[in-house]
Amino acid sequence: MKQEIIIAGFGGQGVLSMGKILAYSGLMEGKEVSWMPSYGPEQRGGTANVTVILSDNPISSPILNEYDIAIILNQPSLDKFESKVKPGGILLYDGYGIHGKIKRKDINVYRIDAMDAATEMKNDKVFNMLILGGLLKVEPMVKLENVILGLKKSLPERHHKLLPMNEAAIKKGMEIIQKV
Amino acid sequence: MTEEIKLMKGNEAIAHAAIRYGTDGYFGYPITPQSEILETLMAEMPWKKNGMVVLQAESEVAAINMIYGGAASGKRVMTSSSSPGISLKQEGISYLAGADLPCLIVNIMRGGPGLGTIQPSQADYFQTVKGGGHGDYRLITLAPNSVQEMADFVTLGFDLAFKYSNPCMILSDGIIGQMMEKVVLPPYRERKSEAEIRKESPWATQGKLKGNKPNIITSLELDPEIMEENNNRFQAKYRKIEETEVRYEEFHCADAEYLLIAFGSSARICQKVVELAREEGMKLGLLRPITLWPFPTKVIAESANKVKGILSVELNAGQMVEDVRLAVNGKVRVEHFGRLGGIVFTPDEILAALKEKIINHE
Repeated sequence: MKQEIIIAGFGGQGVLSMGKILAYSGLMEGKEVSWMPSYGPEQRGGTANVTVILSDNPISSPILNEYDIAIILNQPSLDKFESKVKPGGILLYDGYGIHGKIKRKDINVYRIDAMDAATEMKNDKVFNMLILGGLLKVEPMVKLENVILGLKKSLPERHHKLLPMNEAAIKKGMEIIQKV
Repeated sequence: MTEEIKLMKGNEAIAHAAIRYGTDGYFGYPITPQSEILETLMAEMPWKKNGMVVLQAESEVAAINMIYGGAASGKRVMTSSSSPGISLKQEGISYLAGADLPCLIVNIMRGGPGLGTIQPSQADYFQTVKGGGHGDYRLITLAPNSVQEMADFVTLGFDLAFKYSNPCMILSDGIIGQMMEKVVLPPYRERKSEAEIRKESPWATQGKLKGNKPNIITSLELDPEIMEENNNRFQAKYRKIEETEVRYEEFHCADAEYLLIAFGSSARICQKVVELAREEGMKLGLLRPITLWPFPTKVIAESANKVKGILSVELNAGQMVEDVRLAVNGKVRVEHFGRLGGIVFTPDEILAALKEKIINHE
């Protein structure tokens, strides 16, 4: 099995850290992983993306033409990556960040209103974990227990008190994702 | 005990491997995309554990001259930077080569010329393997293509530098520096004691000790006849390195009709190109030089007898392709494909270039 994933949005949305947690989860599962960020001068407000590959076999190129899964968190990222989802692949987007229509008919499209849910939970920091939960619901590529282990590995120890909140957000994300 | 598999960036792997190797000193100055090397060393605080010096110098020029001083006293010392910073170090590198001094230099290349961009590039190939600094010298040049090799080549680089008393460069780029992959770090080693250094490097300047005659480390020689002798000694050393230390890797080369040649991050992307081409039924192979100097001239010359065409794939405007053409010596068609200034090619672009420049050109 191999999953080639692009996560794209604004800097500050937790794009890179969500990719990191996914990569660590894959590591916990004994998979080969690669995490390749766009490392431009992106801070809060700029665009940011990361390519994550999880595979049972050694990974060749960390740079890809097209993706099995695109997680799209803002309009510029949709414009850039919609055409690069493999036919039959998955496009998952946050309802708040996207105002255009998804044109592709040959891919599976999912919507998750994670920004709204994060606002409801009064914690915009769990936005990316809601998205991750949604992703794991539609494509359970790693077990939830390994995601929690991955979270633990990627968070500095002083932040480990935040683990239950993140786990709750992942579970919430699993509930609110919907097929379009 | 087997070492734990870790997930980290290539830059972080270099820093951890340096500490574990027993490096005596690191001297550097921050620049994207290699700042994590210095940051990781500072965060790990190895000076508390084994006395390793980690110093942020006032400039790249100061850092390379600290390397000269450290290396002259027989210590294992290293520096790192990215393209514009490496340009600043060139005078020092030439002096190190001229004084037969071993050290490790890391270049995490970015787009140039000038300050350029911070995105990945391989446009410092000429600078590294053809000179950069003045005079007839050579740098042993290692091109890692994974986070694992970033760690492994710290050990290999220091070992080769000390084996030949010559500076060694790890030539990588922003892709391998910034990406995270699995890595198994080398085991911890003790730093060499002063007595061990005296035994291993009797030429080193270790202070005035009873009974020893003073050592002088210099690249200056005003008598041209002696200077020519020095140069002949350097050249003899370089010929020996060329005979002994060539390293490369072949990927699906046995039955290949066409060949890609690429190093470092480009070689990773080209592996995918080989996979895609083989799915289309095309017999494509990849040859990856691991040492850029000494260059794997012989194996490339031999492969020119077996394949119909060669594409040199580099993140530059065509640099290594010149060495490939020298090796092939006109036997088959050799072309270059690259992207410039920090743009990275996709596997599809490379496959299209192969068809256009080589296959459909017969």
